[in-house]
Parts: sequence; C-alpha cells; structure tokens
Amino acid sequence: MTYRRSDEPKGSEITPESIWTDRRQVVRTLLAASTVSLAAPSVAAGSPTGRILEAKRNPAYVADEPLNSWDDITTYNNFYEFGTDKSDPARSAGTLRPSPWSVTVGGEAEVRGTFSLEDLLKPHALEERVYRFRCVEAWSMVIPWVGFPLAELIKRFKPTSKAKFVAFTTLRDPVQMPGQRSAVLDWPYVEGLRMDEAVHPLAFLAVGVYGRALPNQNGAPLRLVVPWKYGFKNVKSIVRIDFVEHAPTTTWAAANPREYGFFANVNPAVDHPRWSQKTERRIGSGVFAPRIATRPFNGYTEVASLYSGLDLSKWI
Amino acid sequence: MTLSKSFWQRWVAKTLLHLAAAMPLALLGFRVVLHPESLGANPVATLIHELGLWALRLLLLTLALTPLRHLTHSAVWLLYRRMLGLWAAAYTLLHLLAYVGIDQRFDLPVLIEDVLKRPWITIGFAASLILLVLSITSTHAMMRRLGRRWQTLHSSVYAAALLGLWHFYWQVKKDIRAPLAYAIVFAVLMLIRVVRSRRFKAKFAPATVPGKTSARVL
Repeated sequence: MTYRRSDEPKGSEITPESIWTDRRQVVRTLLAASTVSLAAPSVAAGSPTGRILEAKRNPAYVADEPLNSWDDITTYNNFYEFGTDKSDPARSAGTLRPSPWSVTVGGEAEVRGTFSLEDLLKPHALEERVYRFRCVEAWSMVIPWVGFPLAELIKRFKPTSKAKFVAFTTLRDPVQMPGQRSAVLDWPYVEGLRMDEAVHPLAFLAVGVYGRALPNQNGAPLRLVVPWKYGFKNVKSIVRIDFVEHAPTTTWAAANPREYGFFANVNPAVDHPRWSQKTERRIGSGVFAPRIATRPFNGYTEVASLYSGLDLSKWI
Repeated sequence: MTLSKSFWQRWVAKTLLHLAAAMPLALLGFRVVLHPESLGANPVATLIHELGLWALRLLLLTLALTPLRHLTHSAVWLLYRRMLGLWAAAYTLLHLLAYVGIDQRFDLPVLIEDVLKRPWITIGFAASLILLVLSITSTHAMMRRLGRRWQTLHSSVYAAALLGLWHFYWQVKKDIRAPLAYAIVFAVLMLIRVVRSRRFKAKFAPATVPGKTSARVL
C-alpha cells in the first residue's frame, strides 16, 4: 500500500470520462509522433504504465459507467499464483516473464501446435472494450480491456465436430509463480467454456488494459475475459488452449464444487453458500458508497439464449 | 492519606494500555478520513477485516492473562483483564457496526437474511452478542448482583473466542493459514489453563500430596 500526499488525486476516486478520453488522445499523439521514444518520461503515480498498444475503441462496448482507475485494476487482484491476498500479485508478480511466451493449441482441431505469442496474435487487430467485471466475492470493476474476440482465434484453428468445449491452462512454473509452491489450489489453473460460449461475440482474449500491455498481476501476456461470468473464469497467463469433447475439470469447481460451478454465470438469484450475490461493492466508489444491485449475466443478457432450457439454479 | 506507589504504577500501566489498545482504531479512523486510498481498492472490506482482526487479537491477549499468571506466579496481570476484554468487545462491536452500517447500510431484510441463512455470519453475530452481554455485566455492581452466576456467565468468553475464530476460518476462501495461526495461539492458551488447573493436577500429578498445601509440581 502506498501513502500519497493529500493534494494528489485519491486512488479511490473514479477517473472521469473526460480525463480518460484525454489520455487516449495523449496516447494517439504519442503514436503519431512515433519518433518519440516509447520509454516515456516518468509519469505521475497511478497513471498507466507499460508498453503502449495500438487498439481501436469498439463503439459497441464503451463505458456507460465510470471506469475503475489503473491503480484499482492493477493492485486488487485474485491471482493465487502470486499469493492469496489481493494485494499480493501487484507486489510479487515481477517474477513472471511474459516475454518470450508461447501458447500450445491442441485437441480436437485441424490446426494444432505451439506458437510464439507474436505469431498467435499477428492476424488479429486489437480493439478496446469496456466490460464490467464481477468477482464471485461480490465486488466489481469497470475495465477497459485491449484484445480481440476469442471466436476469431478459435476459427483459425478449425475445431472439429468433436470439439464441444475449450479448455485454457495457466502457466505452471513455481519459479516464476511463487504462489504455486503452496498447494492452495491444484496447479496448473484450468478453466473452460462450452464451445457456444467460447464463440459468443462477448468472449474476449485480452492482452492489455488501459491501452497498455497487461501488467503481470493482471494475467500477462494473454488472458480470457468473459464478462457475464464470475471473475475466476477469466483464466490468466494462458499457455495452453485445448479443444475437448468433454467438460474439462476446472480449478475452482474441483476445489469446492458446492461453491463454484463450471458455468459460473453471474446470477443474483443464486447465492454463494456463504454470502449473497444480490449486490456487489463497486471498487473505487469510496468508503461510504452503497452497494449496487447485481444483474443477471452481469447485465449482458444477450447471452441468456445460450442457457435456454438449463436450470441456472442447479447449473451454477 | 497518600496513594501508594503501586496505585500510581497501575494507573500509568492502565493508561498506557488504553492508549495502545486505542491506537489501531485511531489509525484506522485517520486512514478512513484522510487517506482512504491507503486502505486499498476495497476500503470497506479492509476496514471490516482490520477491525475483526484487532478484535480477535485483543480477545486472545485477554485470554492470555490467566496463563501468564500461572507462568509468572504473579497475579498482577489480572488487573488488566477486564479493560482488555472490554477493548476486545469494543473492536468486535465496531467490526459488526462497520458491516451493518457501512457495508450493508442498515438494510434490515438483507441483514436478517445474512444472520439467519449464512452460518459464518450467524456465529460471528453470536460471538458479538456474547461479548456485548459480558461487557454490560462487567461492572462490580453486576458482579455483586449475579454472585456465583457471574463466573459461569463470564466463562462464555471462551465460546465467544471459539466462535470468533470459526467465523474467521469460515470466511476465508482457500488459504487458511492466518485463521489457523490464531487458532493455534488459542489452543496453546487453553492447554496451559488445563495443565495448570487444580483438577488436572489432582489427576495427573502424583507428586502432589492430597490434603497438603501448595505442593507445586512444576
């Protein structure tokens, strides 16, 4: 935790949209004057840092709520590979080396193999999407991700008719990820989606946030973002993508099947066994702000048709 | 008549203890008002957790005084038991109040559902109620009025500690190291009490000659 002078803006204050837009302008200016060194001069605490990514804003997914600050997004993380406290990853994720990075694609697909991250990303134009993020612990954020639709990547690998699910695996390396030295979860972290979920236009692979390459603690260099599901579905630092016939055993569902399901759709009608999911605390809203109502599918009701005929109180 | 030296020593010790016990609260208040960003991205959760942790720490400290008396053969520790117990209760009630008032904004239906439906909150709430009752009955007048029953009633502090530890353990998602550490401290304190109790000695310490006074084993 850092103490700042009181005359500086507070981390808990929300970045106003106008400032955020200005920042985009600054980035654009910087990119235009590409002769300017990217090793930018030191910036004020709380400003986004890291490699600048060129990404077009997707007008279909812009902020209708105030964005969370860079500090909120990069210092409050559940990433047990770097410790179980939410402040641990920001402190200890420096050991992760997101470059060079390779991703192995396997299973029921015509195209398979191990690819460098650069090769994997090359065909995809990056876009920026603002998504709400709802953690199963009943807190939430609004985050400007940079990435591309998962469906576009899946299409390239031509999954066969046997591919009913997609499984994602996080790096397993206790040297780079010291939290893996403790058996708090069954490493490596595995998450999965049903194929129709994976190719839904909302499902997103992120490589950046706030116009910058993902910080390590946010799942560098490649992570999943499925905004209608609880945060733990958004598997980080992906090294494997497998097309499989049967639902993969996912980490949290295996650790505690009563509390965490495979679908993990945000659902205010189904409480977590230990707490209510009806409301959420919006990070950055301040000490005395009220909780806000949680919406079905985190407000992304366009996915509801994926689950028609499925009893969502049973299939958590 | 002049007050004795020991009176002043006690007065100074108590004042210092009060200041020390109030310190975490003062610091938290300072951070909430002037530096909410120092409480991290989720200041409400930090506030509630910090108050709860200090409640447990002070409660364990209170329960450590009797074992300390045994170990040091000095009853001086007991002079501070009530005040530390009251501080533990104060932090517990502030912890509860932060959840009820700041997090849930006195939303009664939600609170009732939480207390009734979520065992983790039920036991935390029960522990708070026990400490509240013990605080109210901690005065000399109450001791006199309750007589023998006072001792029985105040034995429920152990139940409150157990419930508090359980409440801590239960709210953790996966990493149980911290609640386990607190539970071990509690277990050690309880063990010292049992080993030092008269009944235990009578049963397991043959060196003690029944009927003779103060034959100490250890």
